[in-house]
Amino acid sequence: MADVNRGNRPLSPHLTIYRPQMTSMSSIFVRITGNAMLVAALMIVWWLLAASSSPEYFAIADGFLRSWFGDLVLFLSLWALWYHTLGGLRHLYWDNGGSYDVAFAEKLGMGMIVGSVVLTILTVLVI
Amino acid sequence: MVQLTLPKNSRIRTGKTWPKPEGATNVRKFQIYRWNPDDGENPRVDTYWVDMDTCGPMVLDALIKIKNEIDPTLTFRRSCREGICGSCAMNIDGINTLACIYGMDEIKGDVKIYPLPHMPVIKDLIPDLTHFYAQHASIMPWLETKTQRPEKEWKQSIEDRKKLDGLYECVMCASCSTSCPSYWWNGDRYLGPAALLHAYRWIIDSRDEATGERLDELEDPFKLYRCHTIMNCAKTCPKGLNPAEAIGQIKKMMVDRTV
Repeated sequence: MADVNRGNRPLSPHLTIYRPQMTSMSSIFVRITGNAMLVAALMIVWWLLAASSSPEYFAIADGFLRSWFGDLVLFLSLWALWYHTLGGLRHLYWDNGGSYDVAFAEKLGMGMIVGSVVLTILTVLVI
Repeated sequence: MVQLTLPKNSRIRTGKTWPKPEGATNVRKFQIYRWNPDDGENPRVDTYWVDMDTCGPMVLDALIKIKNEIDPTLTFRRSCREGICGSCAMNIDGINTLACIYGMDEIKGDVKIYPLPHMPVIKDLIPDLTHFYAQHASIMPWLETKTQRPEKEWKQSIEDRKKLDGLYECVMCASCSTSCPSYWWNGDRYLGPAALLHAYRWIIDSRDEATGERLDELEDPFKLYRCHTIMNCAKTCPKGLNPAEAIGQIKKMMVDRTV
């Protein structure tokens, strides 16, 4: 190759220019929901710990979790749980020799979004 | 490692707007990534206007027209102009594809063109593919045999030959690998969809006698298992191939041989 500048080559843009795809978006949300649920789990552990320490401390934790903000976090966590579960099922399907057809994978992605919302609403109604 | 933002020397500045062609009534706006290794400046995005009444239908036609009539310094790879050489792979309208077989009628609005994502840039739309090719070479893309060479050719049944359909057509344009977020973050050690599709092409070749060694080579947390079935590769492949499926088959063979 000719004598070209190899030292300071720029990195071509990636995230900012790649059009969001149903394939990549449905995938990254499985990871995001998984990580977010870790935070939700810590919060619930805190609730249980508070309950086992003293009535006063439990009142503080319980007050936070039952506030509108706590409700919102738990509601979103519920959605995250359903979404992550459906994402996990999609991975199980693939790992058991399921179809890798792109159009079908996109349908499964759409199914995960719609399915998680429907299941979240159903769960709220049942509880 | 995941680095979401671009390094300092890669941030894009506003570029030059080139004059509209005179007397043209049907012009289209093109926004094209430029970087010149000789001026020491950051990359920029230039704006061009192309007279569509005198331009061919494909994105490559417009690029050649810009180079011929507006700006001879615009630099890009191209050769066959029919989707078989894989040279003109670039990011067009947000997806990776071959400029020569991507019609401008498929694009809404302005035509935005960048080099293949998350690659070192040599100049303008030309990425450095050295590492990508080295990864391809690392999977031994040739027939490995141990038994004695036959008198004539190595024979293969029609059924066995059919297993290579959907794999041998790959033109190594790097669209798939550079569409893969996992390859963006771990491309130094993860082989990426293109190299893995080729790996599978030799693994299932009935004539090849190094299947075990090939699988051993891939048994690695990074080389193969950084694939998280995101499927951007299959979605973007300009030849309509499915690297995600090939990788899935390799993973399945890994399980089958240990269970």
